[in-house]
Amino acid sequence: MTDHITVNGSSHDLPGDPRVSLLDFLRQDLGLTGTKKGCDHGQCGACTVIVNGMRINSCLTLAAMHDGDSVTTIEGLGTPDAPSDLQKAFVAHDGYQCGYCTPGQICAATAMLEEIASGWPSDASEELSGDMSATPEEIRERMSGNLCRCGAYANIVAAIRDVAGTQQP
Amino acid sequence: MPIAGGTNLLDLMKLQVEIPEQLLDINRLGMTGIDDTADGGLRIGALATNTATANHARVRNDYPILSRAILAGATQQLRNKATTGGNLCQRTRCYYFTNIDQPCNKRDPGSGCGAIDGIARLHAVLGTSDQCIATYPGDMAVAMSALDARVEIATPGDGSRSVPVRDFHCLPGDAPWRDNVLEAGEIITGVTLPPPIGGKQLYRKVRERSSYAFALVSVAAIIDLEEGLFTRADLAFGGLAHKPWHDPRLSELLVGQKPSAALFDQAADLLLDSAQGYGENDFKIPLARRTLAAVLSEATGFGI
Repeated sequence: MTDHITVNGSSHDLPGDPRVSLLDFLRQDLGLTGTKKGCDHGQCGACTVIVNGMRINSCLTLAAMHDGDSVTTIEGLGTPDAPSDLQKAFVAHDGYQCGYCTPGQICAATAMLEEIASGWPSDASEELSGDMSATPEEIRERMSGNLCRCGAYANIVAAIRDVAGTQQP
Repeated sequence: MPIAGGTNLLDLMKLQVEIPEQLLDINRLGMTGIDDTADGGLRIGALATNTATANHARVRNDYPILSRAILAGATQQLRNKATTGGNLCQRTRCYYFTNIDQPCNKRDPGSGCGAIDGIARLHAVLGTSDQCIATYPGDMAVAMSALDARVEIATPGDGSRSVPVRDFHCLPGDAPWRDNVLEAGEIITGVTLPPPIGGKQLYRKVRERSSYAFALVSVAAIIDLEEGLFTRADLAFGGLAHKPWHDPRLSELLVGQKPSAALFDQAADLLLDSAQGYGENDFKIPLARRTLAAVLSEATGFGI
């Protein structure tokens, strides 16, 4: 037991109240309001963050359960002065309108591209093993946990394909 | 109450359907291993995530139906947290169960069942009772039922017992508050799969969206043919009942027979001989018939 959690490289004490969700901890306690509360029930993906390399819905876990874990939020992926490749691609492809789902989309997509590179299959994959690729069908399936009420999906997929394409060996 | 992935429990706590006084985080108990068993099968630890299970080389190679079923469920974010034990114990998505202002004999015994004469699109057509028509919503367990897996349970006093997945979940009967056979003080430690049986393994999930939606009807099938006759037809169904539905009469009917549209129809007749619709879910009965036929057709190469 360590009683701390690492967020974007910095160590923080866990909240005293064990009932605080990781989402509320990030937003309220740490002031990292990039991660959004869309539904608070794991149905929209706006709260997606990366914990120990895995993308999860931060609304459906308690901060206290992540003692010793390492969390990356959208703030940790890039800054206005040094945006990540996906952040740049979302701007270039107009992959958002209101922007509310966007941090979750980018956190999810960041992890998703690594999952594809690691050969994780999806429901859209022809084969369960072998190389996986970021086709539009695969992207849509793998990103199905991130809803966009503005309907920017076509441009979100284009932004992700752009980055995936430049990552192909 | 133990908490593992928390993706069902915390959701239900926010809805005040589950109101535990204490949560015990069991994530540091180990039980994450996915290991070969002495007879060549596989033991999946209770805390192995859906992702770890679906991605495991032995599961992908030897039990592809299990990978396919897991990947058909939820989203990557949820699968990264959901555990094997938790997924087996997940609760129904019935709208009356999840809304505390609605009558529900499962959540609030004796209060009635709002679904029976209400909104019942997701609800059961097999094994129902006049107290509850809820469905078990998971996919993984349907594949495990087809595979005839066993649930390993630790009992109080350092004991253990093993229950077939097919017998793990209950039918509602007169005690709809019981989802499964776990007794107080018991906890799932893992699931064991028998040695691989090969065959054509399919999981077909019919749902209203192409992703991130519960099954209206799903079919898990492990099919083998020799010289044009069925030698194996292990089937389980999701979306139809309070548990993954397995009817041993189906493989008794099919094994030894030549695939044909008429035979597939006979199998559906058996599957659905006690089926009862509740209005909004009447469609599940012909849908189950057609999905079963489509799966048997795909598995055998016999067109319908």
